[in-house]
Amino acid sequence: MANSDAFIDIRAVSKRFGSVTAVDGVDLAIRQGEFFSLLGASGCGKTTLLRMIAGFEMPTEGDILIDGQVMTDVPANRRPTNMVFQNYAIFPHLTVRDNIAYGLRKDGLPRADLDRKVDAALEMIKLSGYGARRSTELSGGQRQRVALARALIKRPKVLLLDEPLGALDKKLRETMQLELRQIQDEIGITFVFVTHDQEEALTMSCRVAVMAQGRVMQVATPRELYETPNSRAVASFIGTMNFFEATTKGIEGERLLLDAQGLGGIAAPVPGWQVNGKAVVAIRPEKLQLSLDRPQGEVSAAQGTILNSTYLGDRSHFHVRLDGVEAPIAVSAQNVERSMRDDLDDGTPVWLSWRDTAMVVLPG
Amino acid sequence: MSAQPQSRDTAARRWRGGYAVLYLAFLYVPILVLPVFSFNDSIFVSFPLKEFTTKWYAQLAGQPALFDALANSLKVAIFSAVFSTLLGIFAAKAMTRYRFPLQRPAFALVMLPLVIPEIILGLSLLIMVNRIGLSLSLYTVSIGHVLLCVPFAVAVLLSRFEGFDRSLEEASLDLGESAWMTFWRVTFPIVFPGIVSSLLLTFTISFDEFIIAFFLTGSETTLPVHIWSQLRFPQRLPSVLALGTLLLVASTLLIILAEWLRRRGIQPDKQPDM
Ligand SMILES: Nc1ncnc2c1ncn2[C@@H]1O[C@H](COP(=O)(O)OP(=O)(O)OP(=O)(O)O)[C@@H](O)[C@H]1O
Ligand SMILES: [Mg+2]
Repeated sequence: MANSDAFIDIRAVSKRFGSVTAVDGVDLAIRQGEFFSLLGASGCGKTTLLRMIAGFEMPTEGDILIDGQVMTDVPANRRPTNMVFQNYAIFPHLTVRDNIAYGLRKDGLPRADLDRKVDAALEMIKLSGYGARRSTELSGGQRQRVALARALIKRPKVLLLDEPLGALDKKLRETMQLELRQIQDEIGITFVFVTHDQEEALTMSCRVAVMAQGRVMQVATPRELYETPNSRAVASFIGTMNFFEATTKGIEGERLLLDAQGLGGIAAPVPGWQVNGKAVVAIRPEKLQLSLDRPQGEVSAAQGTILNSTYLGDRSHFHVRLDGVEAPIAVSAQNVERSMRDDLDDGTPVWLSWRDTAMVVLPG
Repeated sequence: MSAQPQSRDTAARRWRGGYAVLYLAFLYVPILVLPVFSFNDSIFVSFPLKEFTTKWYAQLAGQPALFDALANSLKVAIFSAVFSTLLGIFAAKAMTRYRFPLQRPAFALVMLPLVIPEIILGLSLLIMVNRIGLSLSLYTVSIGHVLLCVPFAVAVLLSRFEGFDRSLEEASLDLGESAWMTFWRVTFPIVFPGIVSSLLLTFTISFDEFIIAFFLTGSETTLPVHIWSQLRFPQRLPSVLALGTLLLVASTLLIILAEWLRRRGIQPDKQPDM
């Protein structure tokens, strides 16, 4: 699988620890200057894949190329990558300054140049004046920034980040997400960012690889991942999704005819995969409309009852019971008017409606 | 509410205080006898105390055999300290960095000399040395002391290595340093205080060890063995007390230094709460 535009080219890479397969036949082509995220639940092999790119683990099978060079025999200290560790790995016996300057020893810079570089790095991470501090006297967010500066000062071709924001509280995390994005935009280095937080992956990345059990399920832009997931696993991992078991009835022009549990006979856009009888129809909560009367016009509709509702200020969440569907259907509605949906008490019979384009048909 | 619980509380505290005083007295009064009588102007160790004198200390200077024994002890102690600390580093590293079959039993075996009676150790070493045909010398004493000291070294170093985060070494490699420079710039400075305190502790253990030295010593004796041999001569007892006092002070200082270094070393590792 030769990718001409792949800056980091991961070819059929597997990693086994004894009987555990941590990474299972992964192919990935990461482009130069891209903010690329590896997203997946705990234990799905994100860290292992990242460590193989960094050179801390050897692939059991397959090759990793960076900038056209095979990395297999290149040790970690010779690779054009730098890493921000999950726990930051700040050297406890060194000051902030010495931590940041750590990787520059080999360059043999004159003292003045070195100082200038470190000063610039301190400024970038907004820690000017903290240089003489012991690195143990820093807060979590500050440590994270020192780890970032220490890696970036080496001007790597690739920056690897292993859940760098995992240890921070929500507020600080959002600030750091913005800062990271800004820094990446400015310096244009390829970032490979590991996270298990789908929101973080979607807001920050150019493209995301969704992983599960050592495999890559889908590689796509955040929008594509959300709007056209390629499997039930990806669809349920990214955001909330309603699923309806369905059987296919045939294709009519651009449309696939299905019989879906709870929805009845419907026609959805033809999916990109080979349809063979069984399928799952998926609809996002915000793409479903609630109404008391049967809606008119170019929409499909199904009748159900309100199970419960949650008022969230800008929008409200509802759970609706549909006949023939076991799981309650999640519906999200924008509260564009003040007194909207006051009439939707629990137990109210309602109509659910949606456009045909709201449906995604997934392999069953 | 009433005064009762409070008074019971003070009573309990008084009991605990009394217990602590008794306990400390039990521990230290016998040791204090040493310095007290070393300044007493009488060759008999008995009350009432006589005049204050430093002549026993002066007398020490005129005993060449004593200085030979002191030199021997220093040699043995330095050898044992360096060697057992080295072995301790390997063992601690193996315990914390790697996973291998029979790791726990192996570790138990390494630590076992801690609980084997020294007299058994000494006796079995003596039999062993005789069987092999080695002649008894300071070397045989040193070997015995290494055996005795390794578990202590491991115990001290283990706490250091356990607190050592593997990713620090990876970070150094990642930043372009070689394995050797990583050891030199990261691993060593962080575990250094542990190594020093292990050296000091094992030095002290070897320096005043008697039983194994007694079994394994040849014509050249270590200081504790020399002191023991002097006890046959009653008139030498006060100068032995003087010597004992000096050793007591030196050992105490060493141990305090070792503990201080150990703590100082651990502190910078503490991660602030995030
Ligand atoms: N050194 C190792 N030895 C044995 N098994 C390992 C090793 N490293 C990882 N694994 C296993 O490989 C799998 C993937 O681990 P990995 O750390 O890559 O997951 P992750 O996606 O980073 O998870 P998390 O989000 O929890 O960090 C897990 O089942 C883990 O137990
Ligand atoms: Mg991980």
